Amino acid sequence: MNELIRLLAYMLCIAAFLGLNLAYLGWVERKGAGHFQRRTGPKEVGPYGLLQPLADGLKLMSKQLVVPANADKLIYMAAPVLIMVPSVTLFVAIPFGENLVPREFNFGLIMMFAFASVAGLSILIGGWGSGNKYSLIAGTRAVSQNIAYEIPMLLTAINIVMISGSLDLNEIIRQQGSYIWNWNVFRLDKSILMPVSFLVFFICSVAETNRTPFDMGECEGELVAGYHTEYGGMGFGLYMMAEYANLVIGASLITILFLGGWQSPIGILPGPHWFLLKMYFLIWVFVWIRWTFPRTTFWGLLNLSWKYLIPFAMVNLLLTALFIKVI
Amino acid sequence: MSGYFKDIVTGLKSLVVGMQITNKEFFTKPITLQYPHQSVKMYPRYRGHIELVKDPETGRNRCICCGMCEKGCPSGCITVKSEKKPGVKGKVLTAYILNFTTCSLCGQCVENCKPEAINFSNEYNLASTRREDYIFDLLQKLHPEGVPEPEVDPELLKKEQEKEEAAKKAAAEKKAAAAKKEAAPKAPAKEGGESKAEEKS
Repeated sequence: MNELIRLLAYMLCIAAFLGLNLAYLGWVERKGAGHFQRRTGPKEVGPYGLLQPLADGLKLMSKQLVVPANADKLIYMAAPVLIMVPSVTLFVAIPFGENLVPREFNFGLIMMFAFASVAGLSILIGGWGSGNKYSLIAGTRAVSQNIAYEIPMLLTAINIVMISGSLDLNEIIRQQGSYIWNWNVFRLDKSILMPVSFLVFFICSVAETNRTPFDMGECEGELVAGYHTEYGGMGFGLYMMAEYANLVIGASLITILFLGGWQSPIGILPGPHWFLLKMYFLIWVFVWIRWTFPRTTFWGLLNLSWKYLIPFAMVNLLLTALFIKVI
Repeated sequence: MSGYFKDIVTGLKSLVVGMQITNKEFFTKPITLQYPHQSVKMYPRYRGHIELVKDPETGRNRCICCGMCEKGCPSGCITVKSEKKPGVKGKVLTAYILNFTTCSLCGQCVENCKPEAINFSNEYNLASTRREDYIFDLLQKLHPEGVPEPEVDPELLKKEQEKEEAAKKAAAEKKAAAAKKEAAPKAPAKEGGESKAEEKS
């Protein structure tokens, strides 16, 4: 019975949290995009355009679902749902506070990466099922990019696992102390390359969420709109929402692994508010990056991964192993 | 190998510079003009549709109703309507109709206008869903509160009235003369008509 209540509470809270975030991160992004370019962003619907997500949602929901003639209907319809499923599921393992975690897994980190890679797959099948060559190209691009960036991401995640000796996300947070210098970013006693490691992980998160400068799956100039070219109405809406869900998850993961999760930076009042503060700051940085840098070329993106990120991640891995063994 | 690390350092530096620029822009005031609520002040040399020029001395238009604009218009979108009014020198403009749907803004009318009575306006907010909204009466546009009556010159009016009376008199005399004349040739005409009828039968 207790377990059932917990489950229901989780479902309700996550649905509310996700719904609010997915709607209003879109608003934040548009507002940010506007102001970074000295425009105003949405401002007509409601005060400061705050009702804009509602209007957008209504508009998308009232659209007819059109399946292209060439499309593989089952896959076409399943892809947008499939992209949302892992994103929503992943919230089950995220520890927002010390006791505010839907379910404590002792293999949380592995679960995160496992489900995150399903999102890449659903992008590919969305592109494939559309029956449109541009969508297919976009899908394959997104997948090859995801593969290229998952390697350095996992290599840096192994660092953290080696340092904390656990795959449990809450345990990883607990081991980072309640002061800023105890967080994994600044734990130079474990490896002097930890800040670099953080940077590598951060860049990989940007690439994993398919955001500018690494949004090869969505380059309008070459591929119409990318893997969701053929989608309209709520199919498109789900893709957009999944992007923000992945953004939240990526920011949460960085917060958990490197920035001490719910730990307080000044040693007082640890709790979910610190977690949310760090997460939203990271999301803001993501938005900031998106509206600052132009898109890289595809080879530039792969170059960055194979020539810079992976060697650095490997060197850091060796250094961490050395530090843990020797010191 | 030295180029490798140099690339990383300069690359990261350039990224930071870029982020600083957008951050600075974020905190500056947006320069967006909220169009339906605000509108741009147009430059004086902007060539909108033509408009009648208001003479600053008289407060009326300067049109002499010569019709040169109408004749010079390659798309025939100008119609000048005028009439003669008692006591006013020259013709008086009663309507200046511009059909803006066919106007190509070539400016021939402005070029042709001797008294510089028409000019390009600065108006650019001309969106409408009805075609009739683009048939402007420029005279109404110049005087939206009502077209003022033309100035009457009393001397000219007197002269004109005298002239008119004289003309009336002349006309009456002429009429009388004509009536006299009419009586004489009436009979032969009748006869001629009858003879013609006879010939035919």
